[in-house]
Parts: sequence; structure tokens; C-alpha cells
Amino acid sequence: MQIEVILNDKPVVLHAEMDEFLADTLRKHGMLSIRKGCNTSCCGLCTVWLDGKPTLSCNVLSIRANGRKITTIEGAAKEAEAFAEVLVAEGAEQCGFCSPGFIMTVIAMKHELVNPTEAEIIHYLTGNLCRCTGYMGQLRAVKTYLEANII
Amino acid sequence: MFTLLDLVQPETIDDAYKILMAKKNNTVLGGCAFLRLSSSRIGTGVELSKLNLNYIAEEQDYIEIGAMTTFRDIETNAILQEYFNGILPQAVSHIIGVQFRNVVTVGASVYAKYGFSDLITALLALDTEVQLYKGGRMPLVEFLERPYEKDLLTKIFIRKNQRRASYHNLRSSASDFPIINVAVSKLETEWLIVAGAMPSRAKIAPKASAELSKENIDIERIAALAVEELVFGTNARATAEYRKAICKVLIARGIREVLQCK
Repeated sequence: MQIEVILNDKPVVLHAEMDEFLADTLRKHGMLSIRKGCNTSCCGLCTVWLDGKPTLSCNVLSIRANGRKITTIEGAAKEAEAFAEVLVAEGAEQCGFCSPGFIMTVIAMKHELVNPTEAEIIHYLTGNLCRCTGYMGQLRAVKTYLEANII
Repeated sequence: MFTLLDLVQPETIDDAYKILMAKKNNTVLGGCAFLRLSSSRIGTGVELSKLNLNYIAEEQDYIEIGAMTTFRDIETNAILQEYFNGILPQAVSHIIGVQFRNVVTVGASVYAKYGFSDLITALLALDTEVQLYKGGRMPLVEFLERPYEKDLLTKIFIRKNQRRASYHNLRSSASDFPIINVAVSKLETEWLIVAGAMPSRAKIAPKASAELSKENIDIERIAALAVEELVFGTNARATAEYRKAICKVLIARGIREVLQCK
């Protein structure tokens, strides 16, 4: 089955089985930033933006993405790099496996929320799990990034 | 992980229902989150994206919510934040994460009558009706009690009124399935005490609810009465005894909170 999407601002034709999820389709297409960490739709590692909204690509049937706009971290490079620098400076990255999904969610949060409180930040990022850290480095990084209003 | 032999995207609700009923293992594809955890062998998956059922609309007497509305849309919707002390956004906000809530749908949760559902518990404390293609429109409480019959749930209606409501839950860790959840609401003198994730699905505690309409209420006594009416069970998450003990506390908190609601 073929689906036509706008992937990182480029029109692309993807090939997928009917019961294939978007994470697998995108990884086959070379978007290896998308990881599958849980198989139970709870870890957030596979986060992409679907029409700008942070979404679990592991839980969206590829056919549902037909005609829509998909953004992976490869397509949000400028914002991702800006935040990643802050993240690394805080020592918040260990194995790095959760980072792409986490960064995509942080940038989506920056687009969606205005001056979030710490509680609102934690609430928005609750769906991104990290097995290495206790999230404190990430939280410092997010606050630094938001305060500096880096784009 | 489920498998599909075929997938269709009907453009009318009539077609969707016909295809759904054509074979026993034809299945509606809602958010697919719970389906994904199963090993279902689906004949034809009926994908509802083209039916324009992703909406929340404020009508004169009702708020109407289409079955394909996501939990995140419920959470962020201004109308739902305004009515009923924002119980619906509150109830769904604890579930997994923003990305997950951008996927899962109202229709799937309500139709499947999930025991762990936070949404159903909150909806049951409001004046909610469901619309089924074959079964027609009926109160949610009636739909939940009916034996299973394959059908297509297209929308839910919540009567607009001055119902005051409060939602409480306990989870082992943030974002996990609830161990127990509770919704309490009041409209004039009529109260509803609802508990869910017992682990069975949400139910009203009718006798205890009626007690709240009387004068000089003893909150602790009524909360104790409510948990005697409800049936708790044991599973991997908690024992029946634990659920009952916590439920009593959450009900008391819910009542106190509703009494303060404006």
C-alpha cells in the first residue's frame, strides 16, 4: 500500500502494509532517529509530529498518516540542535536512546505552551521515559532553554 | 500486535456499519492503543478517519463529542474546561502522556467499556448519553449495563447544566493505569458517587449518593456506605482490600471538594 505524506517538508511516497505502524514505515524509510522502547505505547521514544502535534508513531497506523504532514527530528534540526546543546551542557544525556523523542516533545511543548510552570513542564513531558537518569538534568535543560527563548 | 486482512476507510457512517457487521471479525479501528497490545486477527479493519467524527461542539442543551475525538482534544478544549469544573480534562490528563492522548479516542474507550478507564468514570458522574448506530441514543449508564452487542458508537452527548464535579485517582506512578478512580458530582440536590478501575469498570453507588441529598450529611459515614455498595477485586496492581480503603478516602475528598465548588 502506498501513502503520500509531507515528510520533513518534502512530499514523499511511503510503502507500508495495511497493519503497519508509522514508526516502522519511517524507520524503513531511513528515519532511524525513531526508536521503539516499549512495545506498549508508553515510553515516548517514537515521538514525531503529525500535523504539528506530538504523537506516538508506534501507535499510528501508517494509512492514517496519508495526506498529512510528518516531522521527525531530522526535519526539526535547527530547534533540535539548539535544545540538544543545552541538554548536553547539563550532563542530561547518558545513553541517548530517549533523546530524539524527548527533544521532539520539548520543542512541541515550546510551540504549544506559553511560559509553562515547572508543574506544567513535568506534566507535558510525563510521556517521555528515560531509563538512565532521574530527569533532573533534563528539567534544568528545559528551563534554561525556555528562559533563553532559543530558537 | 494485531493483523489485518483488509482495511477500509468508509466515507459514510452507513457504510462503516455495513462493513463492520459483514463479518464477525471485522473491527473498528479507534486509537488502536489497546488493540495493539492484543493478538487479534482482524478481518477488515474499519478505519473511521473520513467520517468527520473528531469534534467537540457546544449545542444549546448539550455538548456533543464525536467518537474519534482524541483525549488530548478533551484535555485542552475550552468548553470542557469551563463546564463541570473541568472534570473531563482533569480525568484524562493522567493517562500516559501528551503523545498518547493525541492518539487514543473517546469512542474506543467508551464502547470498549474498559475497567481502567478514567474517562468513563468521569462521564458517568455527568448527564451523558451515547449514540449507537443500531442501538440508538441512550444514557451511558444504560449502555454500560447492556450485554455486549456489536455496534458502532458515533458520538456522546453531555447535557449542559450546573453540575459540579470532582475527580480523584490513585496510581502507583504517574502515567500508569489507575489503581482506583472516583468521580463525585452534584446537581441541585442530586448527587452521584462513581468509582471505577475497581478493577471492574465504573459504577454509581446509588444508596450512598441518595444519602448525600439529605440534611446534615456525615461525609465519612456516606463514603463508608458507598464502598460497601461497590465491588472491589484484586489484580496485579492492587488488592481488593487496598482499593476499598483508598476508594473510601477518595470519595470523602470528592464530596468535600464538590461542596466547595462554585
